[in-house]
Amino acid sequence: MKRLMLLLAILCLVAPVAIAQDMEHEPWTCPDGYEGQTLSIFNWSTYIAEDTVPNFEEACGVTVNYDIYESNEAMLARIRQGNPGYDIIVPSGGTVQRMAEEMLLIPLDLEMIPNIANVIPDLLGAAYDPENMYSLPYQWGTVGVGYSTEVFPDGISSWNQVWDHDGPVAWLDDRQTMLGIAHLFLGNDPNTTDAAEINAARDYLIEKGGNVVTVAADDGQVLLERGDVDIAVEYNGDILQISWDCECDDYAYAIPEEGSNVWIDNLSIPVDAPNPELAMVFIDYILDAKVGADLTNYIWYASPNQASIDSGFIDEEILNDPAIFPPPEQVANLFAIIDVGAEAEELINNAWDELLIFLGQ
Amino acid sequence: MAFRLRRLRENGSLLALPTVAWLVVFFVLPLAVVLVFSFMSRGRGGVAILPFTIEHYERTFGVFFIILRRSIGLAALTTVICLLLGYPLAFFISTRRRRVLRQIALFLVILPFWTNFLIRTYAWRILLGEEGTINGVLLSLGLIGEPLSLLNTQLAVVIGLIYGFLPFMVLPIYASVERFNFRYVDAAHDLGANDIRTFLRVVLPLTLPGVLAGCALVFIPSVGAFVTPDLLGGAKGLMIGNLINKQFGGSGNMPLGSALSIVMMAVVMLSLLVYIFANRREAGD
Repeated sequence: MKRLMLLLAILCLVAPVAIAQDMEHEPWTCPDGYEGQTLSIFNWSTYIAEDTVPNFEEACGVTVNYDIYESNEAMLARIRQGNPGYDIIVPSGGTVQRMAEEMLLIPLDLEMIPNIANVIPDLLGAAYDPENMYSLPYQWGTVGVGYSTEVFPDGISSWNQVWDHDGPVAWLDDRQTMLGIAHLFLGNDPNTTDAAEINAARDYLIEKGGNVVTVAADDGQVLLERGDVDIAVEYNGDILQISWDCECDDYAYAIPEEGSNVWIDNLSIPVDAPNPELAMVFIDYILDAKVGADLTNYIWYASPNQASIDSGFIDEEILNDPAIFPPPEQVANLFAIIDVGAEAEELINNAWDELLIFLGQ
Repeated sequence: MAFRLRRLRENGSLLALPTVAWLVVFFVLPLAVVLVFSFMSRGRGGVAILPFTIEHYERTFGVFFIILRRSIGLAALTTVICLLLGYPLAFFISTRRRRVLRQIALFLVILPFWTNFLIRTYAWRILLGEEGTINGVLLSLGLIGEPLSLLNTQLAVVIGLIYGFLPFMVLPIYASVERFNFRYVDAAHDLGANDIRTFLRVVLPLTLPGVLAGCALVFIPSVGAFVTPDLLGGAKGLMIGNLINKQFGGSGNMPLGSALSIVMMAVVMLSLLVYIFANRREAGD
């Protein structure tokens, strides 16, 4: 309700501007020849705007079936058993790579998706799909630090402030992200598969983690909110959540300048999709400036759509929140996690177990 | 009739068949799988694959050893404190003359079980937190100037374990003390033993079965606990249960988790052997 009021208030403020811009923007038009066809979408729950699908149905004269899932694993399991008829899925980065390796994705025909030109260049060609052969970004976010503004009135700009803080700190239980940050400090590839480099990152983190009181699975924001830690390494959305909940300025989110992890959820077409052409039309529709902006204005995740950002369709409050949209110079420092294969996976696992054993001693 | 009953005694094993089958399918076979897994290699996603290896046991007694030792230590400490708290309480309850008082007291001991264990442990996070209840009271009384770091320590884990498992100590000791015949105490006193000597030589040996059962019932779940250290221990209070738990999630290491489990089972088995031997000696006396 609070969010709705906020949105309404913003709407009143920006509506005149938006209408003016709306006049300039050519609304997305559907290519001919799809009337009467059907598209089946399989997406995460609460991850689309209310009017995204109805508008597409109207523009193309098609019927859309919409189904939801709660995790990459759940979606992957469904597709592995044989695609039950979905045309669009929304896998995260590492899952795209894995599905591509298992031949579970259909290559995209980028000719059919001219709106690829709208995507932020730094978010294209991510390590998990370097040529965007199988995926285009849907929404994205980051891992950074949530902190108490009382303890850090001047903010946090470097991981060194996290390592050196004389007070309780919570890390995120995400091995590849945390080791990746250490790799950045050691000058190595965040997705390295080299045993010596992985162990060096482990030792670096153990050395810098003397102030870590817990490695939190997914509740670092709760610890921060309760005052049990001054800093929590967390997903941006989780820190935003406690800021909204408390309606206060007690917490802030920052991406340290050395860089951090970026997660990208992607639009892909699963193998044996009944209607891959219409799926590509839908991907093009999502990447339209206005459609992408409406999506972000509704679900409050960062849009990968540069045209949406430039056009001013995205609400100012969302656009100017560095917790949602990091400044461009920071985006260049973000690394995506890839699937490193069985051997490196075991090395990373072992390193992480050892880190947990010796951390905070 | 007698004939039939005798046959039943001879063929009684038939009646046990469903239970035996159940145990074979859901206990012996899974245990065999765990044992085999513990000697296999890790494949993609953490599954067990060939070839066979002993590397997981090497890691268990190598880098994991300090956590294993810590788990046994924290469980032993928990057991000792539960005994020191539980014995007097059980003694007090079982010596109440009025039956209704004993029943109310026992009811109160088991009352916490009405609430889910996870929720009760979670509540300790609020009590022990930096801005939690305990720190709040101590600060407002002026007893401390700075909040104490209670949460995310081994102390918090021990507090949580004692809280969780104290009833398992009280109940068997209660049963033992209730059966105890207090005329023995009079007899010991008549023979010139003082209170301490009477307790050590008469009361304690006769209630020892309850004490040993209580210790086993507290130590065994404590050593493998993972909810309590997960919620209260943080980085410093990690126990072996947490590490085993992690090996079976997403991209863990099932063979390693199996090896850790086998070693933990051996620890539990050893403590059970101690229990059985101590009980035997008691019965033999």
